[in-house]
Amino acid sequence: MITQALFRALDKKAIWLVAILLLVAVAVPASNLLLPVDSPFRLPNYAVPLFGKYLTFAMLALALDLVWGYCGILSLGHGAFFAIGGYAMGMYLMRQIGTRGVYANPILPDFMVFLNWKELPWYWYGMDNFWFAMLMVVVVPGLLAFIFGFLAFRSRVTGVYLSIITQAMTYALLLAFFRNDMGFGGNNGLTDFKDILGQSISAPSTRAALFAASAIALALAVLACSAIVNSKLGKVMVAVRDAESRTRFLGYRVEYVKLFAFVVSAIIAGIAGALYVPQVGIINPSEFEPANSIEVVIWTAVGGRGTIIGPIIGGVLVNVGKSYFTGAFPEYWLFALGALFVVTTLFLPKGIVGLIGQYRAATTKREQHDRDAPTPMQVEAGADPQPKPAE
Amino acid sequence: MTGAGMTILKHLIGAMLLLSALLTAIPAHAQFADADLTTLVDALAPGSFKDRETAIGNLVASGDPRAVPVLETLLEGELYFDETGGKVVFTSASGGKGAISDPVTGADLSDLTEADLEKVKVNNSLRRVLRTAIGQMTLLSEDARVRLSAAQSVLRDADPAQLELLDSAISAETDVRIKRVMEQARAVIMLKSPEASVEDKTAAVPVVLAIGGRDALNTLTTALASAPDEIRPTIESAIDGLARDRAAWDVAQNVWFGVSLGSVLLLAAIGLAITFGVMGVINMAHGEMVMLGAYTTFVVQEIIRQNAPGLFDWSLAIALPAAFLFTGLVGVAIERGIIRFLYGRPLETLLATWGLSLIIQQAVQRIFTANIREVGNPSWMSGSFELGGLAITWNRFYIVIFALLVFVALLLVLKYTAIGLHMRAVTQNRRMASSMGIRTPLVDAMTFGLGSGIAGLAGVALSQIGNVSPNLGQGYIIDSFMVVVFGGVGNLWGTLVGALTLGIANKFIEPYAGAVLGKIIILVLIILFIQRRPRGLFALKGRSIEA
Amino acid sequence: MTVGNRMIAGLGLGVAMTMGAIAVPAVAQDETIKVGVLHSLSGTMAISETTLKDTMLFLIDEQNKKGGLLGKQLEAVVVDPASDWPLFAEKARELIEVNGVAAVFGCWTSSSRKSVLPVFEELNSILFYPVQYEGEESQRNVFYTGAAPNQQAIPAVDYLMENEGVERWVLAGTDYVYPQTTNKILEQYLLDHGVAAEDIMINYTPFGHSDWQTIVSDIKTFGSTGKKTAVVSTINGDANVPFYKELANQGVMAEDIPVVAFSVGEEELAGFDTTPLVGHLAAWNYFQSVDTPENEAFISAWQTFMGNPDKVTNDPMEATVIGFNLWVQAVEKAGTTDTDAVLDAIIGLETPNLTGGIAKMLPNHHLTKPVLIGEIQADGQFEVVSESELVPGDAWSDFLPESKMIEADWTAPISCGNYNTETKTCGGSEVAAVQ
Repeated sequence: MITQALFRALDKKAIWLVAILLLVAVAVPASNLLLPVDSPFRLPNYAVPLFGKYLTFAMLALALDLVWGYCGILSLGHGAFFAIGGYAMGMYLMRQIGTRGVYANPILPDFMVFLNWKELPWYWYGMDNFWFAMLMVVVVPGLLAFIFGFLAFRSRVTGVYLSIITQAMTYALLLAFFRNDMGFGGNNGLTDFKDILGQSISAPSTRAALFAASAIALALAVLACSAIVNSKLGKVMVAVRDAESRTRFLGYRVEYVKLFAFVVSAIIAGIAGALYVPQVGIINPSEFEPANSIEVVIWTAVGGRGTIIGPIIGGVLVNVGKSYFTGAFPEYWLFALGALFVVTTLFLPKGIVGLIGQYRAATTKREQHDRDAPTPMQVEAGADPQPKPAE
Repeated sequence: MTGAGMTILKHLIGAMLLLSALLTAIPAHAQFADADLTTLVDALAPGSFKDRETAIGNLVASGDPRAVPVLETLLEGELYFDETGGKVVFTSASGGKGAISDPVTGADLSDLTEADLEKVKVNNSLRRVLRTAIGQMTLLSEDARVRLSAAQSVLRDADPAQLELLDSAISAETDVRIKRVMEQARAVIMLKSPEASVEDKTAAVPVVLAIGGRDALNTLTTALASAPDEIRPTIESAIDGLARDRAAWDVAQNVWFGVSLGSVLLLAAIGLAITFGVMGVINMAHGEMVMLGAYTTFVVQEIIRQNAPGLFDWSLAIALPAAFLFTGLVGVAIERGIIRFLYGRPLETLLATWGLSLIIQQAVQRIFTANIREVGNPSWMSGSFELGGLAITWNRFYIVIFALLVFVALLLVLKYTAIGLHMRAVTQNRRMASSMGIRTPLVDAMTFGLGSGIAGLAGVALSQIGNVSPNLGQGYIIDSFMVVVFGGVGNLWGTLVGALTLGIANKFIEPYAGAVLGKIIILVLIILFIQRRPRGLFALKGRSIEA
Repeated sequence: MTVGNRMIAGLGLGVAMTMGAIAVPAVAQDETIKVGVLHSLSGTMAISETTLKDTMLFLIDEQNKKGGLLGKQLEAVVVDPASDWPLFAEKARELIEVNGVAAVFGCWTSSSRKSVLPVFEELNSILFYPVQYEGEESQRNVFYTGAAPNQQAIPAVDYLMENEGVERWVLAGTDYVYPQTTNKILEQYLLDHGVAAEDIMINYTPFGHSDWQTIVSDIKTFGSTGKKTAVVSTINGDANVPFYKELANQGVMAEDIPVVAFSVGEEELAGFDTTPLVGHLAAWNYFQSVDTPENEAFISAWQTFMGNPDKVTNDPMEATVIGFNLWVQAVEKAGTTDTDAVLDAIIGLETPNLTGGIAKMLPNHHLTKPVLIGEIQADGQFEVVSESELVPGDAWSDFLPESKMIEADWTAPISCGNYNTETKTCGGSEVAAVQ
């Protein structure tokens, strides 16, 4: 059964993608570690965690695509799952600091000593164990998504309403994590990490390993998503996206399909967050900001939703652009990002992937072009009472 | 009594007072030699604040009425001295500018230059001393307004040393209102003073009680500690009564705070309710429309400040239509330029308008810089008034009224105008409306313009209570969405009830949970509520609802 | 090849290209010395930080007019970390590794500083941090040119106790680390000075809090018991405008309940009419209104540079100026911009404060500063009502039990940011408990 699903998942596109990701997982660390410093092909040290960060963002975009592109659930709170995964990893890393903190307390992280806490809150127990922490990376976002999704989908909260309450969820978490009394370091969050699994977190080899782990995790996520969307369940997901009521009338338990997609997606987002934190060196509540979650949506949209490759392209490209703009034209970054939102929704409803597909279709089968991708001009003023594909 | 008669009486009383003052060694209204007074006035400039306090004391002790303007000018922080000679002077314009004159003789001192002038510094404790001093010196002033403020100042200080002065002032006072304040001051002094007799104290309790509110409560609580046993029960029962009142008023105050917060939410959300409800468009740039409205107010005020400062109190009245038109036009432009291509794809409008909001924010930041901009409160929106035990600030009061007016006006527009009729028709059944000859694209543009225009109006109002900065809108957008979703999309009444409910709920949770936790609790409650009623409080029923 | 294959190939190529584009290591150019400017130009912190970016451009411009540094021109490298804390770390890394800057001036919030600390440590570069902060930190590569709590909060409280006879205290702040720590220090300080616990009220609000009705009314109630009450406000930047507007409208007068603020400067006051707020206080190490020749010259040069005669100056700007001057001196003394040499050279250097007195870089990487208490005036400026002697910045507060035995000293032989004076070891307070 599982092998069958995996076999189906391994269609040509997925194989290529996984192969490239694995190649990157080897090539980038190798270029950084093995090539001599003056080699033009050597990646400088700073680039490795930077690219690693792009990959975790790509993974987050892929997670969102699974629910949005394939299941029609526009979550504006995916940043929350990402951040929770990140916090779980951050808690592990904090506990690894041990007596190297500024107050040299062997148990309590600095910020707790600082706030005069006497003992570790219960939810920090066990986080010094890597595997337990990793379990939490998966379990906590998954559980939150399960509870939230179960309530929301069961009572048929859909469309815009769902988007807005997911936003409310991440906003509430933002406020909660800002509170110093929560025991997550308040506004400053968790930082000043030293070790991961006994390796210094700033060592080039650790960075390379983290990069490789991100690339491999992304490859696995691609496999998982590909397996899901190519399965029968995946087809039902698309059916839910395109005509939810009709699917329900056909006898499918729509809420369970959605719940499954939502939970899997949250778990992938959580893992991405866990990989993100050691590479950027800090996790704090600003990751919960609703604006961040909305930005994830645009990565997915730019790349092309409803495809596996699209969000990965989008996640990487937009963030490379962000790195470039905030350095080269600092005053114009928000103009560029804003324009990207507008242009993408108006002219590239299917994203870059759609653009390439359109171009290809235009060159090979000119007559089919018009049916494939409706240009924005053709969309008539919302006159259709039918449930639209929730794009 | 005629005016002349009153003046004569005043003089008579003044003479009597002079006599009594001389007897009690307070040389009130003594005329000093110019030179002596000048020495006293010049003593204000040098030394520390403590020295200055002594100098003020000496000046008061002089009892010379010419000292009052000096003290008043000092209180305003407009008293200057010449750095080179140490002479204290008046200037004709504020900020140490204009003609320089002698504060005692009024003689022109044109040989001194502005550049040499240095401000005589005052701090809070000096200001308190000054207010007391001025109060003391003007309690017998001829101007009723001056006397009233002097009496209030005496009431605030309630200094037993001023009892005799106060007694004479009370006996001379003819204005009932001022007299009441003076008697209250006397009663407070009585309760405070250890020398006062039991009878005086007993008589004072009801007078203090009549002041009401927190002030009376504090006076009585303080008095209780030192009160003789005989009058303890009287004071205690008075305190009990006041405390009970206070508790009731506190609830009312909380409701008012809630209504006021709710009206802010209502203003921010109501435009959204229209665009969201009528057109199904999720306008994430709505907050930026509010922000543009606030900046319009800023621009209007700047123009007024530069060209017609006298009109400043009218600035909001001018800013309202300006903001409505400007943001309305921006709204129409957005609808025509972007949103009309995205109908039927609500989630895409969400993204496009979000992008737009980023652009608008950054553009405003480029034009006006990121600094907070000053939007002034016209005088009629400053300060507060008391309504029973409620303290209501004018700006909040007007905003509540304004929010309700906007709400009612919008309701009327929707109900009784052609465009309102068309809007409702399009909301209920777009296709049918279109078939009946309604130009739905025009209606869409007008609706979006109207929603944006109302957001602009909200911006004018919000500029009165908060920041005017490029991030202004961001702070309101999530809250407004919560209100609309909670109240139910497509129903203005839902928005009203939603806004007020959330506002009041917030204010009742805040004292127990604190502001941060209170907000989180509200959000969680909304999320849970949406599970129970996925379409909000007042859900639209019928075929317009998507399956 | 299918569409997908092409796209994947394209992606691979794209990534390779971006890698190539970013990977080209910037060749350190000999003509200029680069200085990094790491302040948010967009997002929530832009309000405060944009001015500091302009200040840096101004200072560099002035220095170049004087002939630059070590015979070379200075060049500012401005980046925008967009009020996004992880992006601060990324941009810091980019400034140091890609642009090869000699030193970085930047950050505002504690979170952003915490985010970049490991980067400066790892890459051994220098950061000048110009904002008042909560202390409890001293890092080898960072110079704290703003106030430590003992240079702002405690003198302010002393002033209120002595001059206003305050007996009852409201500690109101935004819920983040700086107010929390400052309030902890103050609470301990007040208790030590005989203030009863029930005479202290502590209140926290979220960032950007806009509805202050309840809190201001609570403050009024708390302050109406007959004992003199004051509010110590660590409310953050943009929540202050609605807070002060509410104070003014509810009639909380400075003479009755003075509010002393640590985060409200000239820049914030420009946002509203201060007439009803005259007499409320702020504690800083710099006020624009201070009348010294240095300050006058600075203000007029700055206003000319900005082309705006109304442009205000504030405390973090002065801290930036002092930090920059000290860095320039240290580089001249060391004869190089090399980090280790500059770190050694800068300790003990002195530069005049704009408000008079001398700022000296202490071995704990903090400065000596005068503490000024100012009262808000109707024109949006502060009138200094109290000025202290020079106070040396204390990285580790003496009023917190965990940190009173810790000192920072970056000179030999200690060379440690958290030296335990009891156990004579480097490494914090808990070592004592363990050993």
